Amino acid sequence: MFANLMAWIEQRLPLMDAMNKHAAQYPAPKNFNFWYVFGILASVVLVNQLLTGVWLTMNYDPTGDGAFASIEYIMRDVDYGWMLRYMHSTGASAFFVVVYMHMFRGMIYGSYQKPRELLWLFGMLIFLVLMAEAFMGYLLPWGNMSYWGAQVIISIFGAIPIIGDDLTLWIRGDYVISGATLTRFFALHVVALPLVLVVLVFLHILALHEVGSNNPEGTDIKKPKGSVPLEEQSKFQFHEQYTKKYDIVDAIPFHPYYTVKDLVAVVIFLIVFCWVMFFAPEGGGYFMEAPNFEPANGLKTPEHIAPVWYFGPFYTVLRVIPDKLLGAIAMFGAIIMLFLLPWFDRGVVKSLKYRCTAHTINLTQFAICFIVLGALGTMPATPLNNMIGTIASFGYFGFFVALWVYSKNEKTKPVPERVSG
Amino acid sequence: MSNAPVNNGRRRFLTAATSVVGGVGVVGLAVPFIGSWNPSARAKAAGAPVEVNVGKIEPGQLIRAEWRGKPVYVVRRTEEIVSALAAHDGQLKDPQSEEPQQPAYATNAYRSIKPEFMVALGVCTHLGCAPTYYKGNFEEQVEGVSDGFYCPCHGSKFDMAGRVFQSVPAPTNLVVPEHSFPSADTLLIGVGQGDA
Repeated sequence: MFANLMAWIEQRLPLMDAMNKHAAQYPAPKNFNFWYVFGILASVVLVNQLLTGVWLTMNYDPTGDGAFASIEYIMRDVDYGWMLRYMHSTGASAFFVVVYMHMFRGMIYGSYQKPRELLWLFGMLIFLVLMAEAFMGYLLPWGNMSYWGAQVIISIFGAIPIIGDDLTLWIRGDYVISGATLTRFFALHVVALPLVLVVLVFLHILALHEVGSNNPEGTDIKKPKGSVPLEEQSKFQFHEQYTKKYDIVDAIPFHPYYTVKDLVAVVIFLIVFCWVMFFAPEGGGYFMEAPNFEPANGLKTPEHIAPVWYFGPFYTVLRVIPDKLLGAIAMFGAIIMLFLLPWFDRGVVKSLKYRCTAHTINLTQFAICFIVLGALGTMPATPLNNMIGTIASFGYFGFFVALWVYSKNEKTKPVPERVSG
Repeated sequence: MSNAPVNNGRRRFLTAATSVVGGVGVVGLAVPFIGSWNPSARAKAAGAPVEVNVGKIEPGQLIRAEWRGKPVYVVRRTEEIVSALAAHDGQLKDPQSEEPQQPAYATNAYRSIKPEFMVALGVCTHLGCAPTYYKGNFEEQVEGVSDGFYCPCHGSKFDMAGRVFQSVPAPTNLVVPEHSFPSADTLLIGVGQGDA
C-alpha cells in the first residue's frame, strides 16, 4: 500500500530521486573536518530566524508610535515573548559568527577557486542580503541606537554626488528617519529579503551539488570515467547523476554519514547558543546596545554610535578615511573585494596545506586585520584607534593585492592525487 | 500549422518588437513601486515651515527649534563672537563657504542674514549626529577659539558660523536652512528670504 503510494508520487514528482541525488547518494569527500560544519549551522540559524521572526510579527507593531512599546509588550506580557525575541536577536549574531567561519573555511581551503566561483558568488550574495536583513532588523525595536545607527548608514548614501540627497530622502520616505522608514524596513525585513535569502540559499546548494564539495586537501574526488579500477573506487552507491560521467573516489554519502556528524556539531552549537540566549542575551552590550533600551529620539544623539559587532570591520574602514565619499567607496570596496576573490587568486592549488608560505602569512594577517577592524568598529574613534584602523585597513586590502601578485607563479608543494588514509 | 518557409526576418522583428513593448511595460510598472517610496503628502505637510521668536534669546545663548524633525540651532551671537570669526579662517576647510551648504543670501562671512543670528541645522555633515555647543570653553578643542561646536560622535569641529575645521571627518560646513525674518523678532525656518 505504502510502496504503491510512493511509486504513484514518484511517477508524478521524483521526490525520492531528488532526496537521493542531494542526500543519500550525494558523494561528499570523506575527509571533512571541523571547518565543514558551518554551512549546516547556518541553515539551522536560518530556520531559527524564519520561525521566531514569524512569531515575533504576531505581536510587533511596525509603526513609529507603537514599535518600541510593542517590543516591551513582547518582552513583558506575551507568554514566552522574551524567549522568542532573544532567540531571534541571539540568532542574528550567531548567523554572522557561523557565516564568517564558513567564509573563512572557503578561504583556507580555496573553495572559491575554479570551478566553484559561482558557488562563492551566491554565497557572497547571501552575505550581502544577510547584512541588509541585519541592518533593517536593527531599526525595528525603534530604540535610540536603532534610530541613530540607521541615520549613520542611510546618510552614507548621501555621499554619492548629485543624487545623494534625493536618494536618502527616497530611502527614508521622509525628511528624517520616521515611522515611514520603519514600516518599509519592516516590510523588507520580514517579507522581501527573506524570500530572496531562501532562493539564494537554494541556488547556493544547487550550485554546490553541481560542482561538488571541496575538501581540506583540495583534491578532486571525481575522476574521469574509466580511469580508476573498480576496487579503488568508493564502494558506496552514488546517484547516477554523478557516476555516469565520473569515477568517484574517497567519498561517502552525505546521508547518513555527514548528517550524523553534523548533528553532533548542531548539538554543541545549540548548547552554546542556549547559554548565550538564557544567560547573556545582550552579549555584554555587543548584541544589544545600551542606548537601545530608550526610545528613538531624533534630537538626542547617543554619546558613542557603534554598530553591532558584526558590522565592525566594515564600519572601521568607513571611519578611518577622512573623506565621506572615499570612506563609503572603501567600505563597499571591502565587500566587493571578497566578491572578486576567485579572480584575485590566480593559483591552481586550493588548500593552504600545499600553497606557499607567503599565502599562510598573508591569510593569517588578513584574519588578524579583520578581527582588529571589528574590535575597533565598536570603540570610539580616537586618534590612536584611527591609526591602528588605517594600518588594519591596509592589511585587509593588501591581502587581495598580495594574493594577486604571488599566486601567479606560486611555488607550491605537490598536491596528492587522492585523500590518504 | 502551415508548411510555409520560416521568415527569419519577420521572427526577429516580432521578437524585438515584443521585447521593446514588454520592456516599456516593465519600466512603466516600476514607476508606482518606486514612486510610493517618496515622502507622502502627510510627510510633506509635516515638513512645513516653522516660526521661532528670537526676541528673547540672551546674547551667546543657543536655542533649538525643530523643523522637519531635525534640530535647528539658533544662536544670538555677540559682537565679540562675530568679530572673532575671521581670525581662524586659516584653520577651516571652506572659510569662504564655497560649497553650496547655504542659500545664496547667506553666502557671506557670517553665513546668515543678520550677523547677530546664526541659523544652522544641528546635524553634523559627517554622519548626522548633533554637535555640542561649547560656549566659552571651545579652547579645549581648538586653541585660540573660544566658542564653537564639537560633534561627540567622530570629533568634527565647527566654528560659530557653522564652518568646519580642517582634519576632522565632516566634509562640509553645517547646513544653513532656508530662513527669513518676516519681522525683527520672528524667524521663519523653511521659507527663504524673498520667497514668501
